[in-house]
Amino acid sequence: MLNLRNASLELGPNKILEAVDLCVQPGESVCLVGPSGCGKTSLLRVAAGLVEISDGSVENGFVCTAGVFQEPRLLPWRRMLDNIALGLKARGVPRRERLDKARELADSVGLADKYTLFPHELSGGMQQRVALARALSIGADFLLLDEPFSALDVGLRNEAQELVQHLVVERGIASLLVTHDLTEALRLAHRVVVISGSPGKIVYEHQVNEPFGSRTQTWLYEAAADLLRQPVVNECFLYKPHSEVA
Amino acid sequence: MGSLFRVSLSWGGSLTGILLFVALWEWGSLNYGSFLLPGPRDALASIKGFWQQGELWGAVWATTWRAMTGFALASLAGLVLGLMAGLSHTLGRALEPVSTVLLGIPPIAWIVLAILWFGSGSMAAIYTVAATTLPVTFAGAQIGARTLDKRLQEMGDVYRVPGWMRLWDFYLPHIVSYVFPALITALGVAWKVTVMAELFATEEGVGAGLAMARVNLDTAGAMAWILVVVALLLVAEHGFLRPLQKKMEPWRQGATQEKPC
Repeated sequence: MLNLRNASLELGPNKILEAVDLCVQPGESVCLVGPSGCGKTSLLRVAAGLVEISDGSVENGFVCTAGVFQEPRLLPWRRMLDNIALGLKARGVPRRERLDKARELADSVGLADKYTLFPHELSGGMQQRVALARALSIGADFLLLDEPFSALDVGLRNEAQELVQHLVVERGIASLLVTHDLTEALRLAHRVVVISGSPGKIVYEHQVNEPFGSRTQTWLYEAAADLLRQPVVNECFLYKPHSEVA
Repeated sequence: MGSLFRVSLSWGGSLTGILLFVALWEWGSLNYGSFLLPGPRDALASIKGFWQQGELWGAVWATTWRAMTGFALASLAGLVLGLMAGLSHTLGRALEPVSTVLLGIPPIAWIVLAILWFGSGSMAAIYTVAATTLPVTFAGAQIGARTLDKRLQEMGDVYRVPGWMRLWDFYLPHIVSYVFPALITALGVAWKVTVMAELFATEEGVGAGLAMARVNLDTAGAMAWILVVVALLLVAEHGFLRPLQKKMEPWRQGATQEKPC
């Protein structure tokens, strides 16, 4: 599991995160929501081990952590299958074996007939699905997703959320997903964590008990409205001109 | 069909340029007389003469061999050094001024030094070519290594991509697009410098032929050798380097066809 205790992050003179306590259990899907610039992405980078925290402790007990970024970040000079197999190549898996695995994953994210295309020949949604397949390829038990669907339109986003639900959440891969979309968080999470302020702090946690199957569109909007009725949540999603000065 | 039309149009465009140039040349020759400016036909006749005397292929081979050896040495060394200088800022800072100094030394000075160090012969020409083209490939590789997207590097960190794979899958394919234009520039420099070095330092080759033409006041012969060098350069660039680049960068092909907007 991932365990952040009293974690603070300072980058130069700016305090980004303050005293964050966050725990992700094996198989648990945690969604981080919050307004722009509150340190969600930084928190994810801390979890990924890309930045060192300045105070507190981070323990990542998962065997294998993978990530999907805001942008696909594919290698433009490698074909789709080779991009999916990147993590396997880094782990020394022989070529034939890793391409077989990549083909299987490409099929599961709905890119069966696009094996030999280069990233620029794929649409934005397809590229993001390749990035998801790449993250799944290494058999991760913990997945970090940084607003992976924010650049997609509504239909594609829905499709991508469905993929994450089936391939990640329902398969018991633990995940930490950053989003600024409450309904997205409510759809995919076991637990929604609201983070806000500058420096960012966890201001609210909400356990979602509804089974994934019965989280219909109507339910999502109602649950989001319920969440927004909490004064502390409402406050951090409201537009506050005076706080923009900082 | 449309692409065929476009190809023939672009070829026709290039051909028009060349024919205009040849026409201008012919006009100049008619105007100033064939002693000062021999026409294209005189030059071709001279080339035929060299061929019949058996000088042509020997000279072409000697020049090509020297230019290519120097070019290959400089490219390899430039690529390796540039890559290292791009990856390490300390090394970059140390090597950059050296590269500038090399770039600032005129080729003719290198020839003099090379003749003093190695004596007359192929070695002097090869050395001069290598010394003058090295900074060009060095700069290309250095900029290439420096400009790899930070976000891709971060992705590499997350997937724990090992060092050799970073080089092979991340850096080298990216660098190729910076190094090839540099290589094409360096190739042009290599031919010119080889001919110049040969003029002073060797008994055979296109440069030596030019020296001979000078002694004999054979302007048509000089023109003929110039044509030969230009032809060699074109063959090396379009017959070798550009196809190689296409082969090494298949992902750049079709990038323009896919998105017409």
